[in-house]
Amino acid sequence: MARMQMTRGMRLPEAKQYVASKLGVTPFDLGDTATMTEVRNEFGFGRIHSYAISHPWQANFIEAKFNISRVLDVPILCVERFKERTGMTEAPTTH
Amino acid sequence: MEDRIPTRMGDGTLARLTRSEIRADVEDGVAQAVRRAKVPPLAADEIDHLVDLYASPAKTVGVDLGDEIVLSCDGSGMKTHATREQDMQSYEQWMGADLLELCPGDYSLKVVRTILPYEAQCLHDALLSTVAPMQYGVMPNLGLYAKDDGPCENWSLLLPAGRIPEARAACEEAAEMAVADAVRMADVMYEAGADAIDFDTTGASGDPEFWATLRATEIIREKYPDMGVQLGMAGEFVLGMHGELEYKGKRLAGMWPLEQLHVVQEAGATMYGPVVNVNTGKSCAWNTARACTIVKPCMDEAEIPVHMNAGMGVGGVPMFVHPPGDAVARSAKAFVDILKVDGL
Repeated sequence: MARMQMTRGMRLPEAKQYVASKLGVTPFDLGDTATMTEVRNEFGFGRIHSYAISHPWQANFIEAKFNISRVLDVPILCVERFKERTGMTEAPTTH
Repeated sequence: MEDRIPTRMGDGTLARLTRSEIRADVEDGVAQAVRRAKVPPLAADEIDHLVDLYASPAKTVGVDLGDEIVLSCDGSGMKTHATREQDMQSYEQWMGADLLELCPGDYSLKVVRTILPYEAQCLHDALLSTVAPMQYGVMPNLGLYAKDDGPCENWSLLLPAGRIPEARAACEEAAEMAVADAVRMADVMYEAGADAIDFDTTGASGDPEFWATLRATEIIREKYPDMGVQLGMAGEFVLGMHGELEYKGKRLAGMWPLEQLHVVQEAGATMYGPVVNVNTGKSCAWNTARACTIVKPCMDEAEIPVHMNAGMGVGGVPMFVHPPGDAVARSAKAFVDILKVDGL
């Protein structure tokens, strides 16, 4: 939701509705830790890690942001840069 | 005889007020906001809610389930206990940060221009090892462009000497320099992959600084529509250091939050952060009531998220180096319940 506010200028109710609809949950669910842990697992959005709770097979950090960008259908600049710098896409001649 | 309830003053000290005294403070805070900012008063039920909030004996209060908001915490990557990248990872992992902010230790725009590549490298690397959106933050801090810190004549010295035209010229020269620096900074951070730029404490040097930030925001948003700009203010109204600067035909000096919101939206910013300064001699109840009243007109007209500044010395939070959690929680809940803010 922070991403929708920062980069798209969405007010909170709109941001909640947008994200919830993309994830298949209700806006109320977005604040529920139990629900969102499962949702983040399912979509590969990254999660809190600790020594006792490690999930090395799940997407994290930049990997998670690739998934966030795809599922929420929102461009994430560092994901685009990653693609350009690894040859996955062509870098624009100018920005 | 009424019980005395522990509550906070604007300087963070504990006070014990009766419920009647808390109500009197809330009502006076509202009245002072109406008088000063020429805004409508809060409704009776909103005043009652504030009284209940500040008369509660609970140490911590929270918003209702489902009313959670976004927190745009600044300075999470300023190097507190580890590297800046590790600090932001800590913020994300241990404090559940909604967004992260890399910033220089000085946090000022002018100092960044000489270290841009280094800052961009830090941002680039940190973006690879975090999940939450990350912005790069600075204070426009126009004063650094004036002598002895910068090249422009010092308008703070020229004004009391009565040299008004020279002071205004110096303001305008500094503002143009700041615009150029801000756009250059945004160019580099865009290349590094920043999700947004944050201009914090905008207007600390008055209307020239506000003008410079609006102009920079306009340019940045036009160049990079996929990168956001968060514009947070320094004070509740814009000081008229120049007095005659306008943005798209609107004079900036003297603007309160509602007028600030209008020009911030016109400039194309994606988030707006109003400020209401804390009076340290009044109770937090008084301060929060005043803050709610002053900002409330923004909420119906906002087209972009409004993130009320609620930190040390602003937004009902005590002016104290370690703001007490009981005070912070109360003002935060007040802004969510009464203003329906999009974030803090």
